Amino acid sequence: MKPRPFDYLRPDTVEEAVAALAAHGEAARVLAGGQSLMAMLNLRLIEPAVLIDIARVPELADIREMSGAIEIGAAVTQNRLMAWPGLAEKLPLLAAALPFVGHFQTRNKGTVCGSVAHADPSSEIPLVLAMLGGEVVLRSRRGTRTLLASAFQRGMLSTAREPDELITAVRFPVQRQRRVAFREVARRHGDFAIVAVAAVADGGRVRIGVGGVADRPATRDIAMDADLGDAVNALAWELEGYEDIHATARMRRDILRRIAPQVVDEALRCVA
Amino acid sequence: MRRVDRSQRATISITLNGRQVSAEAEPRMLLSDFLRHSLGATGTHVGCEHGVCGCCTVLIDGAAVRSCLTLAVQAEGKAVTTVESLAGADGRLNALQQAFKNNHALQCGFCTPGILMSFTDFLGRNPTPSEAEIVEVLSGHLCRCTGYAGIVAAVLEVSGSKDNAEKRSV
Ligand code: FES
Ligand code: FES
Repeated sequence: MKPRPFDYLRPDTVEEAVAALAAHGEAARVLAGGQSLMAMLNLRLIEPAVLIDIARVPELADIREMSGAIEIGAAVTQNRLMAWPGLAEKLPLLAAALPFVGHFQTRNKGTVCGSVAHADPSSEIPLVLAMLGGEVVLRSRRGTRTLLASAFQRGMLSTAREPDELITAVRFPVQRQRRVAFREVARRHGDFAIVAVAAVADGGRVRIGVGGVADRPATRDIAMDADLGDAVNALAWELEGYEDIHATARMRRDILRRIAPQVVDEALRCVA
Repeated sequence: MRRVDRSQRATISITLNGRQVSAEAEPRMLLSDFLRHSLGATGTHVGCEHGVCGCCTVLIDGAAVRSCLTLAVQAEGKAVTTVESLAGADGRLNALQQAFKNNHALQCGFCTPGILMSFTDFLGRNPTPSEAEIVEVLSGHLCRCTGYAGIVAAVLEVSGSKDNAEKRSV
C-alpha cells in the first residue's frame, strides 16, 4: 500500500528539527532510516500529518567517544556502527547483537537510535542498551534531558519521549567485561526475534537480558553459584510472555528456558 | 530547510545510473514508484511494499536499500543505481548476471533485480565471501522459485576464488 499524504520537512540543523517538533508535536513523526516507520506508513498503521526527516542533519551523524561511554548520533546507521573500528573492543555485547538486527539491506539505512525510538519489545539494540545501563538523550526547545534506558522504554512500542522531543543520541557505557554472548530465535535470520537473550558474565555473577517475552527488555543478575535453571524458570514465569501470530506466551517461556542456559554458558566460555 | 507540502508536487532530481534525471513527486511517493512510474525504470520490482521481500532493492550512494521503504524525496540529490546499470550497452550481461544464468539462479526472475543489487553492494565490500556470509545477505530476500541454492552457487562462482570451496560452511 502507499502512505496517506503528509507534509515533508527536512531540517538542516537540530535546532530546526526541534522547532518543527515544537510546532507540530503529536501530529509529527521523526523519520531517520525509516526501516520501521516507512513500513508502518505503507501499511497505514500510522497517519502522521507531518514527517520530519533528520537523516541529513550533520550534527546527528557522529559516533563519539566520551569519557566512559560511546555516543551514537540519531542519523548513524546500524551498518556504520557495525563497521566502526572500536566496536568489538569497547562494546562487545553490541558487536555480538548487531548482526541480528534486521538484514544487511535494512541495516544500510536503519539507525541505531531509530530502533531505540521504535521500542519493539523484541528488538536487539534496546535490549543491549538496557543490559549495559545506557542512556537516551532527548532534546526539545525546553532543554536537553538524559534518561536511563530503563526509564525511557515504558512498554510495547511506548517510550517516555514527549511529543516535542527529539532523540539526538544514545549512549552506551564502555564495557569492561569481555565475556558476553547473544542469541535469538526468529522465523528467518534477521526477522524480529521471537525471543532474544543476552548474557554478560562479571566476577561472581552473570547478567542476563531477555527480549521478546515481556513488553520491554528485562534484565536479571544471577549469582554464579545459584541454580541457573531455577533462576531462568522463575524469570520466565515472572515475565509471563505475550501471544502474537509468531508464538504463544508459553512457547516464549519455553524458548527462554532452553536458550538462556546456552547463552550463559557461551558467555562463560569466552576468554576473559 | 527543505519543505514539501502534502498536496505539492516537488521536482525531485537524482542521478540514476550515472545520468541526471528529474520528475515531479508528492512527499508520499515511494522511491520504488518514482523509479517505475515517474522515470520509467521498471527493472526494479515491487513485491510486498513493506520491506520484507527485497525485490525493490536498489543502491543509494552505493548502499543496498529497500526502495519501498524510501521516499522519493529522501533520495533527492543522491546517486541511485538500479539493475538497468548492470548489463553493458550492447546487452552483454555483467559477471554477476552471467553467473546467475550459468547456475539457474532465477526462474521467474521477479526477485532477481533486488538480489543482484544486494550482491553488487556486498561483493564490493567483501569480494570473496564465505557461503555463510552469502546466505546471510540472501536472508534479506524472498525467492519463491529457486530454493536459493542456485543463487548461492552463482555468487560463489562470481566471487571467483577456489578458496570459497574451503570456506564453505553450510
Ligand atoms: S517491495 Fe520492497 S521489500 Fe518488498
Ligand atoms: S526467481 Fe521467481 S521469485 Fe525468485
